[in-house]
Amino acid sequence: MTDVRVAGVGLTRFGEHPDRSGRDLFGEAALRAFEDAGVDRADVEELNYGNFMGALAEHQGHQAPLVAEAAGVRCPATRYESACASAGVAVREAVRTVAAGDADVVLAGGMERMTNLPTDEVTEGLAIAADDLFEVRAGVTFPGAYALMANAYFEAYGGSREDLAHVAAKNHANALPNEYAQYREEISVDEAMDAPPVAEPLHLYDACPITDGASALVFVSEEYAADHDLDASVAVTGTGQGTDRMALGDRERLTRTPAADDAADAAYADAGVEARDVDVAEVHDCFTIAEVLALESLGLFEPGEGISAARKGITTADGDLPVNLSGGLKAKGHPVGATGGSQIAELTRLLRGDHPNSEHVSDAEVGVAHNAGGTVASAVVHVLEVVE
Amino acid sequence: MSDEDGSAGAVPTDREYAKWLDALGDGDGFALVCPDGHGSLPPRRVCPECGSADLSRKSLDGTGTVETYSVVHVPSPRFADDAPYATAVVDLGPTRLTGVFRDEDGSDPDPAVGERVTVDVGERRTDGERLVVFRPANGE
Repeated sequence: MTDVRVAGVGLTRFGEHPDRSGRDLFGEAALRAFEDAGVDRADVEELNYGNFMGALAEHQGHQAPLVAEAAGVRCPATRYESACASAGVAVREAVRTVAAGDADVVLAGGMERMTNLPTDEVTEGLAIAADDLFEVRAGVTFPGAYALMANAYFEAYGGSREDLAHVAAKNHANALPNEYAQYREEISVDEAMDAPPVAEPLHLYDACPITDGASALVFVSEEYAADHDLDASVAVTGTGQGTDRMALGDRERLTRTPAADDAADAAYADAGVEARDVDVAEVHDCFTIAEVLALESLGLFEPGEGISAARKGITTADGDLPVNLSGGLKAKGHPVGATGGSQIAELTRLLRGDHPNSEHVSDAEVGVAHNAGGTVASAVVHVLEVVE
Repeated sequence: MSDEDGSAGAVPTDREYAKWLDALGDGDGFALVCPDGHGSLPPRRVCPECGSADLSRKSLDGTGTVETYSVVHVPSPRFADDAPYATAVVDLGPTRLTGVFRDEDGSDPDPAVGERVTVDVGERRTDGERLVVFRPANGE
């Protein structure tokens, strides 16, 4: 098995792009990824593309051939859909393809266009990631589902809305210098506390925004990187995926996310690292409580301890274990089908030292990315390491 | 899976689910259980936990306990006229069930974790579609 190197990363600015099609957004991200990689696009052997709701938002199914054109590549192209983990699974298959020796160069990433829909239609669109028969018909929205988990967590372990507000304030502060972030403004804990409720106990600043954007990554084999004298110092050394029952009510417990436990265990084993080796993490904070659950599934905190990590300053930029230095989904934005790729791009930049927040993790060698679909019925975890 | 008779655009349906909802509304609610005691809800051909195809109906007694809940203020269009409303996950014994919590008079009070509730089928205020409704189990 070869090392899988991240040769290049490309992102659009996350935010509102009302007059740009999805193909154009992914085309921009891919262009930047190729520029960053210094890889000839003619060498790309596969394109793995994540997208969740393009059929609803753009009246456009079968997007993979379209974005292959936009990226200027001619190779087998496939769309991956796993709700908000769509790009995560696209990246995972790219990593497996290169690791297996089936290809030397794979382009992966994703795109989502959401802001052209009214908020209620986005709410409806995101809800289809839940069980239609037993959840959506019972009034479960996407924020509502995480609110159910938050209340169950509070009941089991304690914690409060104020703890969650610290997660929001932290991630907004991290987004300030990130040129790709949707919200580059600080919020205080009090502002988060005073925001209107969405689905109690979650309020407006507990939720990520509605976002347009795209991500693209060029993965290459170690041999290809050496042969082409590429500057590709970061490798994806571990990949893991987990699946849980679709409906929250069918899970063993409402306070944990076992799919992410499984994904993390597999990714750590693949990389030959342990949770204590992790120096920096990008986790799927679509809601503040989701960051808490992610930290516990990744083994970075014991069950019941993740809730206070931001408030205690452990996961802040200056803390021992910075989490979501990109701003996270919370402040950087969450174009759902692009997010899993964006996390890998941000983590790569953090580890390479060319991220505006790299100064906070200058000695970091091991990073972990956690991408979740639905209420974590799907989870993908990747381990990235500095190898040169 | 039962027959796939849902399609994009239309409200998808499933006959086993529809029959189960009918039974719940008639006070004859049931869960499917395998020999190992894993509970699930229709449509099922095998136990989602262990894969056993030996599924039998187990009657629900029509009451349960609130495990978690949320008062939803920002609804999807299908619940536009229902908001704010309370969604709850209720433990029924062999299985959990998710539904909307309403008081006897139809209002949406704050449920509490651990509260005993009865299970019924009601109507969505926005469009009259049927949905699972929990009500406080008075006198228990």
